[in-house]
Formats: sequence, structure tokens, C-alpha cells
Amino acid sequence: MVMKPNAMNRKFTTALKPFLVELAVYGLLVTVYFFLVLHLLGNGLQNLYQHDRRYYAALSLGLIIGQGLLLEILTRLLLGWLTPRREN
Amino acid sequence: MIFPIAGVTIAPAYLIGVGFIVGLLGGFFGVGGSFLAGPALFAAGVPMNFVVGTDLAHIVGKSIVAARKHRALGNIDIKLGAIMVLGTIAGVEGGAQLIQWLKLSARVEWVVGPTFIVVLLGIAGFMTWESLTTLRNQRRAQRPRGDSIAEHPSRRDHSAGAFISRAVHRISLPPHVSLPVSGIAKVSIWAILLVAFIGGFFSGFLGGGAGYIRMPCLLYLLGIPTHIAVGTDLFEIIISASYGTVTHALKGNVDILIALVMHTGAAIGAQIGATLTQYFGGLRIRMAFIPLPLIGAGLMLHGLLTGHHAK
Repeated sequence: MVMKPNAMNRKFTTALKPFLVELAVYGLLVTVYFFLVLHLLGNGLQNLYQHDRRYYAALSLGLIIGQGLLLEILTRLLLGWLTPRREN
Repeated sequence: MIFPIAGVTIAPAYLIGVGFIVGLLGGFFGVGGSFLAGPALFAAGVPMNFVVGTDLAHIVGKSIVAARKHRALGNIDIKLGAIMVLGTIAGVEGGAQLIQWLKLSARVEWVVGPTFIVVLLGIAGFMTWESLTTLRNQRRAQRPRGDSIAEHPSRRDHSAGAFISRAVHRISLPPHVSLPVSGIAKVSIWAILLVAFIGGFFSGFLGGGAGYIRMPCLLYLLGIPTHIAVGTDLFEIIISASYGTVTHALKGNVDILIALVMHTGAAIGAQIGATLTQYFGGLRIRMAFIPLPLIGAGLMLHGLLTGHHAK
């Protein structure tokens, strides 16, 4: 079976719509999280860096993994909630 | 905005923009993106030891997002990735120890910078030759155009550099393993560990996930199909970059605030990049990869010559 250009375009367009919704939600969450990180964590992290390097290292890894997982999971949950509504 | 841990002032929008671009490239090419993020941080005035550690930290989060997408697309060889972990961790520790020793000499950027440039130029040169030769061979063979829906893209991935992987597969040093997901019947476990060690060493030494080294190694030394190399490399990068983040943070080389801000852009870019891979064949991905190490080398050279790194 050969994929023709039209079939590929259809596949691309079908995938594009939910993907753009996902991106918009993701972007919003990222912006909110971005300001929270800057305003709440700054001083605490600097103190940790200066006084307890082990805890700082563990927290750094936890924060970056947590940020990656949390934002993606939240986006997926939100998308699952948004998509059926859009269809209705 | 001031980032007190690294002691630099950088506009958050710049970091988000850099993160988005390297996230996009990382998701598409299966690399950490440090060939661009490293020089970009360096050019913004971040000291080289912070460039290395901070870049590793942001890569962890970005690679998690991209790898989850690639896993859904069936692009990750978990068995290969799991075997590589030991070699990768040993390599990362070796590279991190070396950069720590060089930091004491206070001229770390003049060792890391030129090494970075030479490695990147070498990779770009080899991939150019391989891609052009593969393209010529395909045209000569006059293969029918068009893509098969039923066939996974990796199964029709041809490379002029395949003679290297065939030689590696003939290495008779036991134990051997098969990698069914990658279509490899038999390969020495030592070859896999060596590739992992090389990638890990450059990851610890130059920063980033070292996908710019590991991706070509997976493609040309082990003969992994391009799409699976992209996904598996990202899986491996999560492990190597996580280990590198901890070791560099312990040594005081990570500004996690910079990494978190960069990751906000990178996470979005990584999702787009990973999704786009399903619309491109292996050769096209490899050819599109070629300019990236060259751009990274140019930016690094610019940073060294203009002295933006000075602190």
C-alpha cells in the first residue's frame, strides 16, 4: 500500500488540530509555572546552593524531572477534558 | 533578569527562545541540543562550567517530554537503551571528572571550546559524505518513490555507512545480544557498551546529552535505523543527563533556575519535534541534521573570539 501525497496531507491535517490545542494549553501552563518558579524558588535555591550542595543536587534533578512530567500529564488530562467538549 | 547562582543577567525571553529551538531540534533529531544551547548560553555570558552543568539539567526535562512522544510512536529500543546505561554512566563520570580537573586550571573554556569545534566539524563532514553517497546510490538504483503506510519508516532506512556497522556486527567478542526492535540479529555487548561510553564521556565533558556523538554512533557503528536511533538516543539522554546533572550540581556547576526557565520553551519545542519525525524518512532526517553541528561550531568559535564568556 502506497501513501499518496493527499493521504499524507489528510493525516497531517487530522493530527494538526488536536496538536495545536495541546500546544496552546501547554503554553499556558508553562507560562504560569514559569512565573511561579521565578518568584517562589529563587532565594531558596540560592541558599541551598551555597549551604547544602547534596540537597541542591537532588532537588535540581527532582525539579526538572517533575516539571517535564507534570506539565505533560496536566496537558494530557486537560486535553482529554477539552476534546470531547469540542466534539459535542 | 539576574540569575544569582551563576551570577549572570539574562533576559528570560532569550532563554525560553533558545529552549524552544533546541527542544524542537532535540525532539526531531534525538539530541540534547547542546551544540546550540551550549554556545547560546556561553554567548550570553554564562561561565563554561555552568554552561555544561545547566545544559544537562534542562536536557533531562526536555528529553522526558520528547521520549514519551517517541515511545508512543514505537521509536525506542528499550533493550538497547537498558544495555547502554552502564557504559553511559561510566563515560559521564569520566567526562565530568576531567572537566572538574580542567576547571582548576582556570582555562577550561580554551580546552572544551576547541575540542567541541573539532568534534562537531568531524561529525558534520562524515554525515555529509554518507548522506550524499546514500542519495546517489538510491538514485542509481531508481527505487520506486512513495512511502508505504504498512511499513515502519525505519525498515526502509538505507545508509552508505552500513559497511561500518556490518564490520561491528562481525566482532566475535562474547557475550552477544540480539536487538529485534532495531532489526539486528547479533551484536557484541562490548560494542554497545563502547558506543555508550563514548557518548557518556562527551556528555560529561562537553555537556548536553551528547546526542550529536551518540546519534551518529548508533547509526553508523551499531547500524540502528534512524527513527529508532532518534528515540533510543533520547531515552539514553534522560539517563546520562540525569546522572550528569547530579554530578555537576554536586560540583557547583548547575544553575537550576536557568535550566527551569529554558525548559519551559524546550518542552513545547520537543513535543513538536518528536511529532514531526513521523513525516520524514531516515535519510532526510540525517541530511537535515548536518548543518546543526556546523552552527554550533560557529557559535562556539564566536564566543571564544569575542570573549563573551569572560567573568
